[in-house]
Amino acid sequence: MLALQPPPQAPIDAPQIEYSAILPVLILLGAACIGVLVEAFVSKASRWAAQVTLSLLAILGAGLAFVLYVTDSPERGLTTLYRTIAVDRPALFLWGTLLALGLGALLLIADRTVERGGAFVAQAGIRPGTVQDRAQMASGGMQTEVFPLTLFALSGMMIFCAANDLLTMFIALEVLSLPLYLMCGLARRRRLISQESAVKYFLLGAFASAFFLYGLALLYGYAGSVKLADIANAAAGSAASDTLLFGGFGLLVVGLMFKASVGPFHAWTPDVYQGSPTPITAFMAACTKVAAFGGILRVLTVGFESTSWEWRGVLWVVAVASMVIGAVLGLTQTDIKRMLAYSSIAHAGFLLVGALALRPEGLSGTLFYLLTYGFTTLAAFGAVSLVRDSNGEATHLSQWAGLAKRSPVLAWVFAFLLLAMAGIPLTSGFIGKFVVFSAGIQDGMAPLVVIALVASAVAAFFYLRVIVLMFFSDPAPDGPTVTVPGTFTTAAITLGVLVTLVLGLVPAFALDWAGTGTFAF
Amino acid sequence: MSVLPVLLLAVPLIGCLAVLGMRRAAVLVGVLTTGITFAIAVAIAFAVDYTRPGTHLVTDAPWIPPLGIRFHLGVDGVSVPLVVLTALLCFLSMIYVARREGTPERPHSFVSLVLLTEVGMLGTFTALDLLLFFVFFEVVLVPMYALIAGWGGAGRGPAARQFILYTLLGSGVLLVGLLVIYGHTSTLDMVELAGRDGAGMSRAVQVIAFVLVAGGLAVKVPMWPLHTWLPDAHSEAPTVGSVLLAGVLLKMGTYGLVRIAVPVLPEGALAVAPFLGAFGVIGIVYAALACLAQRDLKRLIAFSSVGHMGFVLLGIATLTPAGMNAALFANIAHGLITGLLFFLAGGMAERFGSTDMDRIGGGTLAVTPRLSVLLIIAAVASFGLPGLAGFWGEMLAMLAAFDPAAGLNRPLYLVFMVVAGLGALLTAAYFLVMLRRVVQGTSPRRQGVLDVTPVEYLAWAPLVVLVFVVGLWPGLVLVPTVDAVRFYLGGL
Repeated sequence: MLALQPPPQAPIDAPQIEYSAILPVLILLGAACIGVLVEAFVSKASRWAAQVTLSLLAILGAGLAFVLYVTDSPERGLTTLYRTIAVDRPALFLWGTLLALGLGALLLIADRTVERGGAFVAQAGIRPGTVQDRAQMASGGMQTEVFPLTLFALSGMMIFCAANDLLTMFIALEVLSLPLYLMCGLARRRRLISQESAVKYFLLGAFASAFFLYGLALLYGYAGSVKLADIANAAAGSAASDTLLFGGFGLLVVGLMFKASVGPFHAWTPDVYQGSPTPITAFMAACTKVAAFGGILRVLTVGFESTSWEWRGVLWVVAVASMVIGAVLGLTQTDIKRMLAYSSIAHAGFLLVGALALRPEGLSGTLFYLLTYGFTTLAAFGAVSLVRDSNGEATHLSQWAGLAKRSPVLAWVFAFLLLAMAGIPLTSGFIGKFVVFSAGIQDGMAPLVVIALVASAVAAFFYLRVIVLMFFSDPAPDGPTVTVPGTFTTAAITLGVLVTLVLGLVPAFALDWAGTGTFAF
Repeated sequence: MSVLPVLLLAVPLIGCLAVLGMRRAAVLVGVLTTGITFAIAVAIAFAVDYTRPGTHLVTDAPWIPPLGIRFHLGVDGVSVPLVVLTALLCFLSMIYVARREGTPERPHSFVSLVLLTEVGMLGTFTALDLLLFFVFFEVVLVPMYALIAGWGGAGRGPAARQFILYTLLGSGVLLVGLLVIYGHTSTLDMVELAGRDGAGMSRAVQVIAFVLVAGGLAVKVPMWPLHTWLPDAHSEAPTVGSVLLAGVLLKMGTYGLVRIAVPVLPEGALAVAPFLGAFGVIGIVYAALACLAQRDLKRLIAFSSVGHMGFVLLGIATLTPAGMNAALFANIAHGLITGLLFFLAGGMAERFGSTDMDRIGGGTLAVTPRLSVLLIIAAVASFGLPGLAGFWGEMLAMLAAFDPAAGLNRPLYLVFMVVAGLGALLTAAYFLVMLRRVVQGTSPRRQGVLDVTPVEYLAWAPLVVLVFVVGLWPGLVLVPTVDAVRFYLGGL
């Protein structure tokens, strides 16, 4: 009889939840679920309008909740949900960035004027190249699941950069990745290469997730906990084998670097950027980068700072590889989307310089860089989507020759964005590079910074080449036309350009905000 | 708080933006804008009391407080001559462009780019904040790249590419150097840093920072062996681009050395100066030999710039007030003379269809006597005939090398002096060879080639006059600089 009695157990406390802090994420997740229901219950004709309204309202609502919370958030941040989510100043900065970038990306996704019916396939089930496929290309319909998928991905990104333990981080990683895999394959035109990119992204992404998970398991074996702070404590004074710690850390980093498209884990980037519908590429390039580097910053700073002597050298090599691969291979590209993909790899290397500095200036510098890079990239891809010929987007560089004669406004806008990416002064890119590199110098990483500057000079060259091509080459007679964008795309591009300009001229307020606090754990 | 330096930058900037919307009127607005800017520059030159120490007409406002970057402008005797030179050359370039036959394609873009370059150049010479200096330094690059790539000669593509790659790499290294200084002193204020005489930085740090800063600037100077971008860029650029490249852009490098590298990092300067001097002297001889082998007029002038800048480097490398004054003087003289030479080469190209000396074929004195006389004057001034502007800078630089600063190896500098003297002889040789091949002899053909037109006179005469005035009355440039060098580089 005695044996059957359960052992006495301490009562389980319900977790303390700071609803006001995580309200932005909850709003997005809730709206995403409603979006799924809309797909099921609203008639096809009115779905697009319903989804766009719902998604925009969700992001604006989340933004409102965010602003209300930020104005009186605790200085040192807080942790909630059994310390699995840390809502601290860096997380809030990243949330703000993600919401603003997400709004821009959503506007690009929702646009139906640049391409009739939008950039997305009418029915994803139709096989490419068939009669039905040609019919869907001409039709005005669109697979409106894109909107809830975007909201899911966006909320996953927000959780990812606030996750205070590795298991939460893994779940967030999946929540943000799975919708992206799907959305990559939904292009209306050139569907084969779009689907190919989705498969590539999915397979490689699944591998990277497996790496992450295996690393997580090893670290759990080492520290007996998946919380970053516990791992840091264990690393400071544990008798367990370092093999587990560094093996786990290495695998974890592979998973993170993959998401941030840091070379040499970048192989998917050019293909996926090229194949995906351009609004999705903009979303990925801007938001995924922000979220992934948010996660990297937190993992490196909170979990592994005490052992940084052991692993910093390896990440130096990774940063150098990323910058060199991005800058050198970018030179040889003939497709504008692939070129921007390699540029994003190079930028990932620059960002890593700031993340490796492991000091307040490095943290604030990297956050600021993410903000600037996100908006510049968003607007750049928005501009790319406007240059079209009869087969859809004209992304081959030779087609961009003499674009300034056809559309001076677009050429100037794109030239300005490229200069920002090159880090020319009076654009946000310069300030971003400046803060990241000066943090690197202050941390004694002068050789790395010199390499970074050489790489950025090389990269600047391929940006300038495009500018010269647009302004000083003669346009091809059968060249592409520049579509006059509708309200949505115009708004998104204007947003990106304005932020790039303002942060280049008066960056003080953003720098102040990025530098106000450190991680809570 | 003074409004003049702000106006100096604001006027060309406004012009640069305003011109974009125009077509026909662009060039006229360009002339007007650069003219007003030149007037402001002259006003600045008269507004400064050179006998008072410190920087004048200071504007100082916070720009990016979290990074400590300030919008800090001001001038003193070191920068005023360069400011006036810059404004003058831009003004004359615009007049030259305004000729009916000189108007380029897409004039609004061309004028706008030239004006943007002017903003960057003037900003570089008036900035008193390290980062602001760097920002203006970079602002010059992109429009100049576009000028070469868009309006250059047949080989413009590779030339522009080389120019931008080299100079971007150089400014990258410069930025690292500036960051090292900032990291150790936590201030970006040039005047304050110069006043500290390197306090707060160990000798090793100073040497590293000096190598980085001077290395970055040396690309722009250009110092042998980092000069290889220059001949292509100068010879492929449109005439106005060449004038501004040689006349002003190169000075941004040497100005940076005098303004930042030497006073802020005195111990670093002491350790590295002999190398600067050695590279400068090698540059003088190398450029002279290279010039003897040139067949193209523009390439010859371009290479001669490397040699003249070698003298400037030698002057700086002595680390004495005399050497600094020599360098600043030679800067101005070179800007006037080489600016004129490139104008004349452009004129030759328009008339004879080429700048290749064999294609011009000699005997131009008979065909276009006035143009040829101007060329003779410029060439003679360039190799340093006493009484013309080119003489004083180089003579003073060699004189300074005779007695370098304490702590430098005097015998070494004597060797530098002797080699530089030989180089000066070679300079005379190649210019005379050039004159014989182009100006003298009998002309194979071409009667009725148009001689110098009135507008060309308007654009060139001020330079010719100044070459004489500065040559006969060197005090015009030296009086402001001597005091300023004493005040600013008091630690020498």
